[in-house]
Amino acid sequence: MDASVSFQARRPLVTVTPHGLYCEPGGFHIDPWRPVERALITHAHGDHARSGHQRYLGTRAGEALLRRRVGADSHIDTLEYGESLKLGDVTVSFHPAGHVLGSAQVRLEHQGEVWVVSGDYKRAADPTCAPFEVVRCHTFITEATFGLPIFRWDDAREVAEDMLRWWDANRAVGRSAVLFCYALGKAQRILAELARLTDRTAFIHGALHGLVEAYRGAGVKMLPTQLVSEVEKGTSFAGALVLAPPSAGGSTWMRRFGEAETGFASGWMRVRGNRRRRGFDRGFVLSDHADWPALLRTVADTGAERVLTTHGSAEPLARYLREQGVDASPLATPFEGEAED
Amino acid sequence: MRRLADLYERLDQTTSTNAKVEALTRYFQEAPPEDAAWALYFLTGQKLKRLLTTKLLVGWTQELTGIPDWLFAEVYASVGDLAEVIALLLDNLERPSAPEELPLSLWLTQRLMPLRALDVTAQREQVVSWWRSMPRREVFLLNKMLTGELRVGVSSTLVVRALAKVAGLPAPDVAHRLMGTWTPSKEFFQQLVSPDVSDGHHSRPYPFYLASPLEQPPESLGDLSEWLVEWKWDGIRGQLIHRRGDVYLWSRGEELITDRFPEITDAAKALPEGTVLDGEVLAYEDGKPLPFARLQRRIGRQKLTPRVLAEAPAAFIAYDLLEQDGQDLRALPLRERRERLAALLKHHPAFPLSPAVEASSWEALAHTRSEARERNVEGFMLKRSSSAYLTGRKRGDWWKWKIDPFTVDAVLLYAHPGHGRRSSLYTDYTFAVWNGTDLLPVTKAYSGLTDEEIGRLDRWIRAHTREKFGPVRSVEPEQVFELHFEGIQKSPRHKSGVALRFPRIARWRTDKKPGDADSLDSLKELLHAGA
Ligand SMILES: [Zn+2]
Ligand SMILES: [Zn+2]
Repeated sequence: MDASVSFQARRPLVTVTPHGLYCEPGGFHIDPWRPVERALITHAHGDHARSGHQRYLGTRAGEALLRRRVGADSHIDTLEYGESLKLGDVTVSFHPAGHVLGSAQVRLEHQGEVWVVSGDYKRAADPTCAPFEVVRCHTFITEATFGLPIFRWDDAREVAEDMLRWWDANRAVGRSAVLFCYALGKAQRILAELARLTDRTAFIHGALHGLVEAYRGAGVKMLPTQLVSEVEKGTSFAGALVLAPPSAGGSTWMRRFGEAETGFASGWMRVRGNRRRRGFDRGFVLSDHADWPALLRTVADTGAERVLTTHGSAEPLARYLREQGVDASPLATPFEGEAED
Repeated sequence: MRRLADLYERLDQTTSTNAKVEALTRYFQEAPPEDAAWALYFLTGQKLKRLLTTKLLVGWTQELTGIPDWLFAEVYASVGDLAEVIALLLDNLERPSAPEELPLSLWLTQRLMPLRALDVTAQREQVVSWWRSMPRREVFLLNKMLTGELRVGVSSTLVVRALAKVAGLPAPDVAHRLMGTWTPSKEFFQQLVSPDVSDGHHSRPYPFYLASPLEQPPESLGDLSEWLVEWKWDGIRGQLIHRRGDVYLWSRGEELITDRFPEITDAAKALPEGTVLDGEVLAYEDGKPLPFARLQRRIGRQKLTPRVLAEAPAAFIAYDLLEQDGQDLRALPLRERRERLAALLKHHPAFPLSPAVEASSWEALAHTRSEARERNVEGFMLKRSSSAYLTGRKRGDWWKWKIDPFTVDAVLLYAHPGHGRRSSLYTDYTFAVWNGTDLLPVTKAYSGLTDEEIGRLDRWIRAHTREKFGPVRSVEPEQVFELHFEGIQKSPRHKSGVALRFPRIARWRTDKKPGDADSLDSLKELLHAGA
């Protein structure tokens, strides 16, 4: 950015209020956690998109998912990626975050000063959504879900090949392979990655169905799927791959699969203890968030003079950046538990 | 090393015991015997003495990765396993050299063992070059070996099952060969899986037969007259061997403790040769067992001074006769073994016979059980009179019927992140009871909650943190837990003045308020209850 202008002395464009991130000159909140008049939503995950706001503004690509999350009758306005809109004194636009379908970073411009709120993002390729776009800014509010140097992701294609090998190995001995993953984003990404390698049908839990259909509606190519509940009673699932949300693990729903191996696809699986503690046979390290190298690279790419960190490891990431000479600090937000991934 | 990494991964990636035995069997069949011997060494829970300090390893990792101290500490707190942290951090390194494969035994004998003799500069050079040439999962295993922490999460029963498959022998034979001390070598492994059974060193104990906890009502065991009832002694389970003029005392952990208890092993020289007793080492005075705490003093000491010996006199209470005149008696019914034992011990009063507890009915027995605490015992052992002496924990013939634990309601005060397998979560807790109007920490406990509860509590802890001291958080005193423990003793080292034995969490009492928690005074009353 042009370093000749410093905005440090000004009032911050975005502040934390009890309702969430607030942009005063624009008169709107971003991903607020309590009901507000006007909410800009980065993406449809539950910790970002909550119901009860009077008016929503989101991306065109994410509208269908957002509606599913916050209710069909909600008042939702949309913008295309890159399209701008003036709200109060602030010009806002959405830019791809590469996190899930329709996910966005929010760019705010006010009297020549530019802030970007990243929402959740990743830099790795994902066939289900538009790739992350670097947006130059003065202040960058970045997520830090995996903001520790132990988090580093392998290529998702290799992970998908691993998954297929696992499925095949179970198939060879007549076992089903139940793969747990978050219902929005991760499940569709897995189905899309696997579709490059095979065209066998995968079974899915009911919680995934509508979301998979929404992705298909958006033109995302995925494995053919069949609902577990639509399979005739007593049919064997031997050799099948089943995708289910983590909450289905350990429930009676699992019984129908007989002898099964379980897996979990998440960035948290990078740490062995996380998998063992939860009792999964296999952990597949596949994340929809930026890993440590990607966080550092992105901060550098934006050219931001100032970085604010949220989510997960906000404190260590900010401290590390400070030691690298970046003006960084954690943004105080209420703790929401281990982020879903 | 690669083969071991494959095995480790396979064992790690399944919760099915059959799949584990399968993986082990395949490994033992395919690996060269000298490698298999080393793998077995680690699989049976034996450890190399630490080759390098963790401080050195951490330092080199930081130099290579540029990770500052505080960040390393942060990462360690979230992973909880040093070898893994290092392997994960080094994953960012460039690995110019293609991985070369060296058999496990050579890794150990030619690379790792000689490390001790090198100076720090040479050690660093070696270790760093290995790090740079190995894939992550092998770096992880290497680190585990360097720090002397390599343990594979697999039970010895499964290892024995796999070895028995390879040898084509019954599992107990293999288990027997594995007892005692052995060095990992080609010869040892070949002998271990050799079908020829005319072997055996005279120091070797028999595999212990272990009782299972009784969870069903005792009446379901049938007629009481078919059972031998003994007190469950609160000491160290041991096997006392007198063969060819030598005496060996083995603990259940397969540790040779002959030197720790000279009064027992001296007396054993008077037993006929070819005798093996199964029994319990107890602190014992005037014909009565003393609390376990007294025995603990004895275990902790480096030197056995006359004062220590006088403070905690020990005895071996015998409850089974496994070998007589060099004959293995394990297949005989317990009734007969016990008759022989009683006859033998008549001439050897230094070894008290664990008495049979008489009762007319299960109900009467349950009543007697309430005396257990005063007697410094843990409950009853129920053994079927017709039972052979089996191997390991085989359900059906031997049961332990423990007295109910003590309980206390306490308030969660501090949370600590877990170690080892439990990473990135607050899984270890400090609990407090009321002392006047203050909450005074009395004990730590970590086991007992379900994973779901641990997750829920972890979120609560993070949202209700008062202060952070390094990795430890103090939390708002709101959550009440019912703790169970096995005993309580005075402890000047603790601020509360008491220490609990085997505390664990029984229940999260969401129905209780902090004011409902117990007081230190009520806890101290239990001191007199014979705990
Ligand atoms: Zn998200
Ligand atoms: Zn999020």
